[in-house]
Amino acid sequence: MTWDWRWSWIGSHVDLLGQLLGQHIYLALTPVLLGLAISLPLGLCCVRWPRIYPVVLALTSMLYALPSLALFVVLIQYTGFSGWTVIIPLTVYTLAVLVRNVVDGLRSVPDHVRQAAVAMGFSAARRLVQVELPMAVPVVFAGLRVATVANISLVSIGSLIGISGLGQLFVDGIQRDFPTPIVVGIVLTVALAVLADLALVLLQRFLTPWSRTRRARS
Amino acid sequence: MITFSEVTKRYPDGTVAVDDLSLEMAAGKITVLVGPSGCGKTTTLRMINRMVEPSSGSIRLDGEPISAADPPALRRRIGYVIQHGGLFPHRTVVDNVATVPHLLGWDRRKARSRAMELLELVGLPASFAKRYPYQLSGGQQQRVGVARALAADPPVMLMDEPFSAVDPVVRKSLQEELIRLQAELHKTIVFVTHDIDEAIRLGDRVCVLKVGGRIGQYDTPANLLAAPADEFVAEFLGEDRGLRRLSFLGSEGLTLVTDAVVAEGTTPAGSGWSLVVDADLRPVGWSLAGESGLRPCEHSFTVGVDSLRSALDSAALNPSGLAIGVDAQGRVLGLVAQPEITRGLRLPAAAS
Repeated sequence: MTWDWRWSWIGSHVDLLGQLLGQHIYLALTPVLLGLAISLPLGLCCVRWPRIYPVVLALTSMLYALPSLALFVVLIQYTGFSGWTVIIPLTVYTLAVLVRNVVDGLRSVPDHVRQAAVAMGFSAARRLVQVELPMAVPVVFAGLRVATVANISLVSIGSLIGISGLGQLFVDGIQRDFPTPIVVGIVLTVALAVLADLALVLLQRFLTPWSRTRRARS
Repeated sequence: MITFSEVTKRYPDGTVAVDDLSLEMAAGKITVLVGPSGCGKTTTLRMINRMVEPSSGSIRLDGEPISAADPPALRRRIGYVIQHGGLFPHRTVVDNVATVPHLLGWDRRKARSRAMELLELVGLPASFAKRYPYQLSGGQQQRVGVARALAADPPVMLMDEPFSAVDPVVRKSLQEELIRLQAELHKTIVFVTHDIDEAIRLGDRVCVLKVGGRIGQYDTPANLLAAPADEFVAEFLGEDRGLRRLSFLGSEGLTLVTDAVVAEGTTPAGSGWSLVVDADLRPVGWSLAGESGLRPCEHSFTVGVDSLRSALDSAALNPSGLAIGVDAQGRVLGLVAQPEITRGLRLPAAAS
């Protein structure tokens, strides 16, 4: 079988590609933001009340183990063919990754720094916002990078229920036995993942100038 | 003044960290709490700013019971220096120093200029202000820690083994710095250490604590060295307690002899060592009868200024075994032999 490469397809579908790329970004990054918004307070609670942490970990790990396709199928009954059918499962996965990092990040604050903050007269709330959370940023960002790249790749699975951004290109290419969209889909997905990761690295450097050299050294 | 009245700290597991402690820490003085690990010194310190609550008894700060104060507000009035500096790694040096002024709601510009003032006070260049803690050496971090504790000009400073994580040379310079600052600022300082030498060097009064949080002895360094209360205190003070006492005894009472001091160009009369001095009475070298040439002079001590320890050091270093006593201008006043220097130790301890 010889494949019919027609690169001109790209030129004639720029609008479609842009639209799919936009949808892909929306479907992949919304769960990251939602996951972060949920895992921050959840992680704080786990640090404050360590007894609930194993329970939270067990629950999120269990949800992480659910096959995404199964979740999509279940959710279709409630959310239909809207973006939420993809966003909700991916948020759950993000949560499973990030809760761990939020807890580890908060616990990475050295004891003598915490003690110093107490001794300086920080109230508990101020200490959290001004000392503990800023110091947790590097570890939280490590989790954000994993979750972001994973989500960008996982969105494609949504193509099985027809909601998937760039994943549509794979379905299209396979159905028509036409390789060009598949290759374009792969290239764009990978490029998106690399760029998103790079953006997060730069953002982290901007947010934590105090840890730059230390990381380079270790 | 900080007053402990019958303070006990018992942890839920039954360990007693501090046992029925009654103690007064004088205003404007350095009180050192020293003892082996497990003696409750850090616990005692942390009860002052309510990082640890006593199980029973009361602590008063200038007459006010601290249990009545709101802990964060109380802590902003009490400077705190911790081992390793405890600096906030995510804040620049100037922001670290301005921590308490910020918490107190000072105007931003005022807090910054106060922080810059303090950097200068602790001997750090203004160019360090924008650096992050990881860019500083251990000793520099510790200086920033001291500056941060002083930022809101608290009357009381708590220092928890602040210099134990730096090398001995840096430690010595930080200790000297603290003595210099204290001469200027007259803070009520409570200083915790496990190093008895540090305690003796820094303390106006030293409280030796025993394991289980009981007072072994609470006295001036000179009295501790001269008359330890018991075996435990004597052992904790170490073997060269006698020598260290010399640091607290002045050299003004020494009898200086001038028989063996000769002018340059004249022939020494005696049979042993002579100190050759120039026309300005400054030491040139040692001459030994029957030997040509001079041996170099070592360290001399300033009579009435330096301690007997410095005098003994001079005697030990000079080839003749005689210490060279000089005046403030460095002119030789006379020589002293070792037995004369240590004679003072055999007398009953003078109250200092």
